[in-house]
Amino acid sequence: MHQINCPWCGKRDEAEFQYQGDASVKRPEPDASQDEFFNYVYMRDNPKGWHTEWWHHIGGCRQWIKVVRNTITHEIHATGGPQDDLELPKADVK
Amino acid sequence: MKYSALSILREGLRGHKGWKPMWRDPKPKSHYDVIIIGGGGHGLATAYYLAKEHNITNVAVLEKGWIGGGNVGRNTTIIRSNYLHPANTHFYEKSMKLWEGLERDFNFNAMVSQRGVINLFHSDPQRDAFARRGNAMRLAGVDAEILSPEQLREHVPILDFDNARFPIKGGLLQKRGGTVRHDAVAWGYARGADSRGVDIIQNCEVKDIIVEGGKVVGVETSKGQIKANKIGMAVAGHTSQVAKMAGIKLPIESHVLQAFVSEGIKPFLDTVVTFGAGHFYISQSDKGGLVFGGDLDGYNTYAQRGNLPMMEHVMAGGMAIMPAIGRVRLLRHWGGIMDMSFDGSPFICKTGIDHLYLNGGWCYGGFKATPASGWCFAHTIAKDQPHKLNEKFTIDRFREGKMIDEKGVGPNPWIQ
Repeated sequence: MHQINCPWCGKRDEAEFQYQGDASVKRPEPDASQDEFFNYVYMRDNPKGWHTEWWHHIGGCRQWIKVVRNTITHEIHATGGPQDDLELPKADVK
Repeated sequence: MKYSALSILREGLRGHKGWKPMWRDPKPKSHYDVIIIGGGGHGLATAYYLAKEHNITNVAVLEKGWIGGGNVGRNTTIIRSNYLHPANTHFYEKSMKLWEGLERDFNFNAMVSQRGVINLFHSDPQRDAFARRGNAMRLAGVDAEILSPEQLREHVPILDFDNARFPIKGGLLQKRGGTVRHDAVAWGYARGADSRGVDIIQNCEVKDIIVEGGKVVGVETSKGQIKANKIGMAVAGHTSQVAKMAGIKLPIESHVLQAFVSEGIKPFLDTVVTFGAGHFYISQSDKGGLVFGGDLDGYNTYAQRGNLPMMEHVMAGGMAIMPAIGRVRLLRHWGGIMDMSFDGSPFICKTGIDHLYLNGGWCYGGFKATPASGWCFAHTIAKDQPHKLNEKFTIDRFREGKMIDEKGVGPNPWIQ
């Protein structure tokens, strides 16, 4: 079971969180092309390995947090606030 | 060898020494007309219909592991065609019709059991929504009926009709829905394809897809390079990974769906019941085990196992609607990896690369689609254009605003 280290609340059970998807995609500028918006809304790398993603701490502080998690082992490498740039571990990136 | 009562009798008298392996174990040739990547239900069905319907028999099915070892052996075996959107309704009804004739067609006992599928509802608005879906189904020629609480009590007496939070007000029944012996589907299609000349090559992992001048020409595998005129991908769960070999990015996320089987008990439930409001559905296998499941764990994953919070949630759903199962012990549980598309509907289509075709995005509805998926994919590959039944299952539908969003939840695959 995932235990996610919320930067505000500390290590909490997965059941307190709602997953909110891939955090590596960035909303394009308002005048961006339709293709850029299409890619932002629908296209995903869906990596097998390390994945940066949003988890919403709905059962706690209600902050959105960023999590770097492994989609094969479920290991959590790092967590941070929405503004933090979290680096992926060098190894095992596929 | 054709299977029949006579062949059983004959082999019985001979001490069962004359049975042959159901398919060969061939070495890959250097070139095929068509390669199907993925020896699951959909890939094997595609090869079968390529041979049977289109007379294309110089075909290889490449499977990384062994056939039937992926999601075709990891599902909860339910078949139904109770969809609202026309593209889905007609496609899944084609599948249902193929299920109905499948065993005679491929001469294999897949234990197709049309024991009915009932979706429970708990309020007036929900009944209205289900009646609307039932009407849409009937307009498309699919059977559907609304059961009153009294009719439902007669049908499934063990439900907790007076549940305080989710009182049961009736159900939408599709009588022709039911269950199928899932492994036998893979074996039946494999045997049928093999007997028509298709090479089923197991333990053969595709490492790369070779594209030259915008056209696919072959694959690199763990058993060497194999060339082909056309290549179809049918690897749901890992579609993003395989498509990436050809440089294709897709609107798909991989998620895990858990399933559970209890110890065997005496006959208890003779239909399939779904409790959508509580994320729980259940049937009883012919061995007596209760087969049930719920919703996705809800985070990207390729691990074929789930986590405890969703297990607890599924059990709670079961206890809410069917408290009688409370003392039954769980025998085993597992997880399967789903291609979750961004509208909950699949892809059977051409890709941007000539002669490379995509079959995927099955979400958690892949098993019941197996026959129609293979049938439509074979057509798409053979004719280099989709059949009317799958012409809407394209990648471009998202760009064109033509999503087929059965659940109406938008581009959030983890809640599709």
